[in-house]
Amino acid sequence: MVTEIVDRTEAIWTALANVPDPEIPVLSVVDLGIVRSVAPDRVVVTTTYTGCPASDVIERSIRIALDQAGFADATLERAISPAWTTDWITPEGRSKLQAYGIAPPARSSPRCPQCRSDDVLEVSRFGSTPCKSMWRCAACLEPFEQFKCH
Amino acid sequence: MATIAPVDARLDAREDYLLRLGDDALVLGQRLSELCGHGPILEIDISLANLALDLVGQATLLLGEAGAKEDQGGDRLAFHRDVLDFKNCLLVEQPNGDFAQTIARHLLYTTWQHMLLQRLQQSSDRFLVEFAHKAVKEVAYHRALAAEWTIRLGDGTGESARRMAEGLDWTWRFVPELFEVDESLHSAIERGIAPDPRSFEDEYRSVIAEVLAQAELAIPSDQRPILGGRRGHHTEHLGHLLAVMQFLPRTHGEVSW
Repeated sequence: MVTEIVDRTEAIWTALANVPDPEIPVLSVVDLGIVRSVAPDRVVVTTTYTGCPASDVIERSIRIALDQAGFADATLERAISPAWTTDWITPEGRSKLQAYGIAPPARSSPRCPQCRSDDVLEVSRFGSTPCKSMWRCAACLEPFEQFKCH
Repeated sequence: MATIAPVDARLDAREDYLLRLGDDALVLGQRLSELCGHGPILEIDISLANLALDLVGQATLLLGEAGAKEDQGGDRLAFHRDVLDFKNCLLVEQPNGDFAQTIARHLLYTTWQHMLLQRLQQSSDRFLVEFAHKAVKEVAYHRALAAEWTIRLGDGTGESARRMAEGLDWTWRFVPELFEVDESLHSAIERGIAPDPRSFEDEYRSVIAEVLAQAELAIPSDQRPILGGRRGHHTEHLGHLLAVMQFLPRTHGEVSW
């Protein structure tokens, strides 16, 4: 019985690890830290920014992934508390961002994801999505985005 | 003949408070989204659209909660109420004007909103506590952006300084409303739902004064305050904003994406 519950919870986590974030598809919803809890019959997710336009798409993708993996009876709930923070992005998620060319969130200035220089300049605090800011590297002159610390 | 109760009598203090904050976010979000594709430079255009997105997201949560009791969705409240039922403050419905006026309006509102959200984290209302923890992080960015641009324009060219001063002059008369405590808000404060805005009015005025000093701008002289938005008495601008915002769902009732 206990093994069944553990297996089922594990299987749900595995299914969710294959659901990509629609804006940054290299990240899964698990990497992003928005899956807050998984029980055999219940999945709780949160949103990044309140106005994130991807929220509905993400929830729909999660619902489809659960249904397809045989967990149609598991409920999907949305919670706003505790508020999401970029500290919840997993270490794997951070390396995936870096490899994708987006500097992961950092308390101080980011390093250029291309050449690793720390000689960087913030161009705008707001980028193509609410969660990113725009930067330029003074060493290799490439523009890049940073996932904002939030 | 059926009598229709005045709007205020139908609302309890909590719902009224949720509508006030929700309508602020919705109307300011709609105003900023008018600039999408029209910002003075690309980075500003994107920044203002991001601010609008945050605000519409906040409105979705607040209006969703306000409508939860009567099983009215947030969309119903956003798109099917008339101007007299809107509870936003007059500041947020003011037109964008030029970029300086947009920034002046945003500085004055977002500085207040940020201070309010910090205190709302200690509310007796669980939803508002959770909401405040989430929204305060977003609004911190809004406040920084508005302050930076106020300073850049005020301490910029002769023309940018003049326009920034004019923008502040236009919006200044709507500040007292942010600190007004009427019967409904008083009751929300009594119940521990809402912080008393008067408790941070001095701090607000000194933060604004600090930004204006850095921008080398004078504090505008006090004008006759204009009040009433919280009770549905709006300036002529709100009706025009709602006409654009509500046209589609009102004309094509069942339309969906």
